[in-house]
Amino acid sequence: MSNTPPPPMSLLAELTHRCPLQCPYCSNPLQLDARTTELSTADWRRVIEQAAEMGVLQVHFSGGEPMARPDLPELVAHAVSLGLYTNLITSGILLNPKTLKALSDAGLDHVQLSFQDATPEQADYIGGMAGAQAKKLEAARLIVEDGLPLTLNFVIHRQNAERVPAMLQMAETLGARRVEIAHTQYYGWGLLNRDALLPSRTQLEETERAVAQARARFGTRIAIDFVTPDYYADQPKPCMGGWGQRFLNVSPSGKVLPCHAAESIPGLHFPSVQEETLAAIWQNSPLFTLYRGTDWMPEPCQSCAFKEQDWGGCRCQALALTGNASATDPVCERAPGHSVIQQAIANRPAVPPAFRYRRYGNAETA
Amino acid sequence: MSDTTATTPFSETTLLRFARGNRLQYDRVREQWFIQAPERAFIADPNAAEVLQLIDGKRTLGAITDKLHQKFNAPREVILRDTLRLTQELADKQVLTVV
Repeated sequence: MSNTPPPPMSLLAELTHRCPLQCPYCSNPLQLDARTTELSTADWRRVIEQAAEMGVLQVHFSGGEPMARPDLPELVAHAVSLGLYTNLITSGILLNPKTLKALSDAGLDHVQLSFQDATPEQADYIGGMAGAQAKKLEAARLIVEDGLPLTLNFVIHRQNAERVPAMLQMAETLGARRVEIAHTQYYGWGLLNRDALLPSRTQLEETERAVAQARARFGTRIAIDFVTPDYYADQPKPCMGGWGQRFLNVSPSGKVLPCHAAESIPGLHFPSVQEETLAAIWQNSPLFTLYRGTDWMPEPCQSCAFKEQDWGGCRCQALALTGNASATDPVCERAPGHSVIQQAIANRPAVPPAFRYRRYGNAETA
Repeated sequence: MSDTTATTPFSETTLLRFARGNRLQYDRVREQWFIQAPERAFIADPNAAEVLQLIDGKRTLGAITDKLHQKFNAPREVILRDTLRLTQELADKQVLTVV
């Protein structure tokens, strides 16, 4: 597409890949950025200014664990001063009255707090950290006490799906305004752990029923966002709302990406905030124009009526499952590669294998 | 349900403010008004923006209707009906809250 694209709505600012948890479905890439490669405070301030100038409305401070960066309150305050909406996506492990007050005073708008399960033993096992659940429950209490709107995020898989009703109950008990019941997406760490995570169709349907019942009970008090596992869908998800259409992702080392997994695609040059402005990268870089719009699409996408709804699905999933990032997402039932999805479901082991936890160096023997 | 904002219909005496983490914002790049809310931003059309700019936790919906009636050449009952409908919808979305 030669036309200038509309500006992005959101910036996902991945401040660090360091994290006290090691969830086996982490959305970070298998090759994690080391602390020594992280952008400086001055770099992030400049990125935030450029984002505001080009029309970004919301900044999502994420990681890894963004609270591992001592400059987080300064970056939040800077974003607030530029009129940006600020969202913190956190594990809550490092949240205490002092660190929360610094963020609240900086003008933070909203917190999304992750939970791994509803029961402490299971949650600590999935996150790979003893005592994590207790810290998270205390974090939720402090956030609600401060008056900040709180969203709980649960990533769902075969080892916690049966407790979705308890998770929804937790959201109500803790005073959350929103709750995300988000099934695992299978690329990166999630793909590495797919046999340990992929639910059965029956499990999926039970989670759908639990969400429908809770929606009826909550009414408008608590909003539920449900994300389906696309392996059981017949149409792919419109990944990131389309490549280079709505989202910008900046990695800890300053790479500018259309999604947080894009670095898995080989043979591409990933532009850096150290070399160019966000606006120049968004508008002109070969990376962002590569899969923007519909010109790049193969058949059956090219002649498909849904091509501007699902945008051909997820490029990283196409790569991971077919070896070709330009292929139709195999989740689509019309895709030539669709049988790999059916095989993955058919070959689910009866007993889930041990997790390959997300930590530095743990994907290297993959 | 115990949620009064969801079950009590709004009237001229209702007093509203933006819930924390929600605000009206003019986007200079797109030249449009947006409602900024947790994890999403959505467009406020020009009529909605006129109402929402007057919501400050001090003016009742009746007082807001009077101001808009003075500013625009439209029947007061039409403005009131639209204001009640808009604010109820946004209270259901937890953007606005009763003071």
